[in-house]
Amino acid sequence: MNGNIVIIGGGIAGMEAAKALLALGHTPILVEASRTLGGHVASWHKLFPDMSSAKNLTARLQSEISGANIFTDTRVISLNRLVDGYSLKLSNGIVINASALLFATGFNLFDAAKKEEYGYGVYDRVITNSDLEAWFSGKEDRRVPKVPESIGFVHCVGSRDLKACNGQCSKVCCATAIKQAIEMKERFPYAKVYCFYMDLRLFGKKYEDFYVNAQRDYGIQFIRGRVSEVGETFDGRLQLKAEDTLSGKPLKVCLDLLVLMSGIVRNRSIEELSDMAGLETDSDGFLRSADNEYAVIESNRPGIYYAGACTGPKTVPETVAEARSAALAIHSYLESL
Amino acid sequence: MIYEGKQRIWSEYQKDIPDDSWYYVRSCIRQNFFPASERMFTEITRNVLGKDIYETPHHTTCGGIAYHCDTIPQETAMTIVARQFALMTEAGYENYCPSCITSFGNYAEILETWREFPELEAKIRDNLWKACRREFEKPRYLAHSSDLIYHWRNEIAAKAIYKLVNAATGEPLRIVEHIGCHYAKMFPSKAVGGAEYPYVLAGMIESWGGQVVDYPERRHCCGYGFRQYHVKANRSYSLSNTHKKFESMEPFHPDAIITNCPGCPYFLDRWQYVIAEQTGKTYGENGFGIPVLTYEELAGLVLGYDPWDLGLQLHQVAVEPLLDKMGVEYDPAAKYLGLNREDILRPELPSSLKCF
Amino acid sequence: MTDFGFTLSRSSTLDLQKVDEGRFEQLCRLEKGAAVCIGCGSCSATCPAGSLSGMSVRKILLAVRRGQDIHRMLQCCMLCGKCTMVCPRGINTRHLILSICSIYD
Repeated sequence: MNGNIVIIGGGIAGMEAAKALLALGHTPILVEASRTLGGHVASWHKLFPDMSSAKNLTARLQSEISGANIFTDTRVISLNRLVDGYSLKLSNGIVINASALLFATGFNLFDAAKKEEYGYGVYDRVITNSDLEAWFSGKEDRRVPKVPESIGFVHCVGSRDLKACNGQCSKVCCATAIKQAIEMKERFPYAKVYCFYMDLRLFGKKYEDFYVNAQRDYGIQFIRGRVSEVGETFDGRLQLKAEDTLSGKPLKVCLDLLVLMSGIVRNRSIEELSDMAGLETDSDGFLRSADNEYAVIESNRPGIYYAGACTGPKTVPETVAEARSAALAIHSYLESL
Repeated sequence: MIYEGKQRIWSEYQKDIPDDSWYYVRSCIRQNFFPASERMFTEITRNVLGKDIYETPHHTTCGGIAYHCDTIPQETAMTIVARQFALMTEAGYENYCPSCITSFGNYAEILETWREFPELEAKIRDNLWKACRREFEKPRYLAHSSDLIYHWRNEIAAKAIYKLVNAATGEPLRIVEHIGCHYAKMFPSKAVGGAEYPYVLAGMIESWGGQVVDYPERRHCCGYGFRQYHVKANRSYSLSNTHKKFESMEPFHPDAIITNCPGCPYFLDRWQYVIAEQTGKTYGENGFGIPVLTYEELAGLVLGYDPWDLGLQLHQVAVEPLLDKMGVEYDPAAKYLGLNREDILRPELPSSLKCF
Repeated sequence: MTDFGFTLSRSSTLDLQKVDEGRFEQLCRLEKGAAVCIGCGSCSATCPAGSLSGMSVRKILLAVRRGQDIHRMLQCCMLCGKCTMVCPRGINTRHLILSICSIYD
């Protein structure tokens, strides 16, 4: 075989892997379905916990992989298994024979409209985490009031929710909610900001500090109770119901803006492709790793590797580490042929 | 409110409603609460729309009210339901239409239980055979009678004499729609429009010219809740639920409320009197209450039936403000004349709630 | 008023909008740790007065936060200091209790 490497997906996982493979002397081919590189991170404003710019990260990565063969606005439309590699046909007509493939196909954000009781797409002042990031980045959004007096964040929208057919934790939303709550409080110091959560899962480095800051320095209120329903009041505001589980009492509050923390769900658009490649799916619907302790980046097929959220929800540092690790694994694999 | 967002949800919750040939079963309590409603249903569907609606005097309660009050076990309710289905089968029908929301929920729950536990269905068939030597087919289609009026709402609109429009200003009337809990909350997919934003009554309101009021406690129970009302010690709970709804809808100044459940219109209507007696508060204009109608009564009104033939004089809350807004012609003096034009006596007037 | 034998019940719903947060804000100014409580309950679990009197630092702090009356819940506190020892968030519960007393005095 020719030693070609195809990376499917041009988010931070695909770009970081391309960068590492370039450094190892390879010229990877990167295929991205959308028009631009950067994936979900490119549309994010700031990253936790250091509040660094997401755009800077994706722009820097993009500048570092100019040596790779990059096809944007391009999909893999068929994939055949060969004796010693894979043959891919792209939507632009190009056919590539490759020795190794990297699935860096990422995730989809949960469609918040599916939680009908929260009224996304029905009530005027309900937005998602993703909408809020776009607004932070300067995109106009009429749903965000000029000076909101009260703002609510709903954790676990479509995550850890069997009613949404999504049992797993999306991992990043707790920290994202705290980040966004702090950012709103910085913009609107007089607003009351509430986070409604089932469990707070702040596992990463400095996430706990983030949480304490939010409580102590920003006065953000954390209320343990899952929001049951939202209605629109006469003046176009929102009435939200939950339980204040600490006091054991039902609770209601009127809000000017509600932000739903849409979770991470598997990327459904790659199902056909992963089937063609003969890849297995894990019980959570994400691609199945060779094992979930020691070989997360390895698949059940020779020469196919994974990086990032295609195997489950991941943070940015986890994704980047997996991408580098996968690049090294591909390098070793090609050497061994 | 983003109307297109609701339309998207409505499009996901549509159900097949055959256009004709329905086996109709009445509610245990509606003929006492709102005596003309079921009569109006058969009148409109048969005589105005020309549909085949079959009824038999042999049918009984579905057992739902006793089941929900914990006085009979579910197997007994199932056997009662099996007999109802046997009557439908014997009459040669396969589309089943209950007038009661709790019946609708009861039938849906039982059919779903049999689907999941076929051995239970076999046992109930055996029970029924032992009890009364009957056999049954399950209905092909199950629809609540409000589903049928929804299905024919545009045909009714085409024949309507009055619209849900303020005759003086031309503005659409603001109508609250209240859906019985057992219609959609147990099986959202069996309801027109789903459970969060049901469309079954909203569709009628829109079709007949009105404007739907969506207020924060729209989804909340009316408070009937069987045991909550039937046990006097629990009645505060029932009253308080209704009160919560009225407090929530008050800023929207609704012109009327329509419902599709036997209990809801009764409690939304009568509790306005109790709230007024206890707190002095009324929710309509000028000391009146907010008129509460069943969807059949509302259909009858827009079709031009005489309000007193629709039994509207048996409501606690005066309906005259609504009739006046719609421009409905009526004879105030005939309000308390019965069908035979004899005086049926006037009720005592409440101390706070304004009535005629 | 007509007596029906039943009447409107008082709703137990907590309306966050109507919560008077004045005292809690005052408390946070005196003792910053008040804001970082996560309601874990270790203070109440270890309190020698807790099982006998209903004394619970967690409940008292929540009541202040929700703008509710704390009655005489604090009177059984002996300031023994065990709750300060166990608090994972490092809250100076002794100072917290004294601060609450000074506000509600």
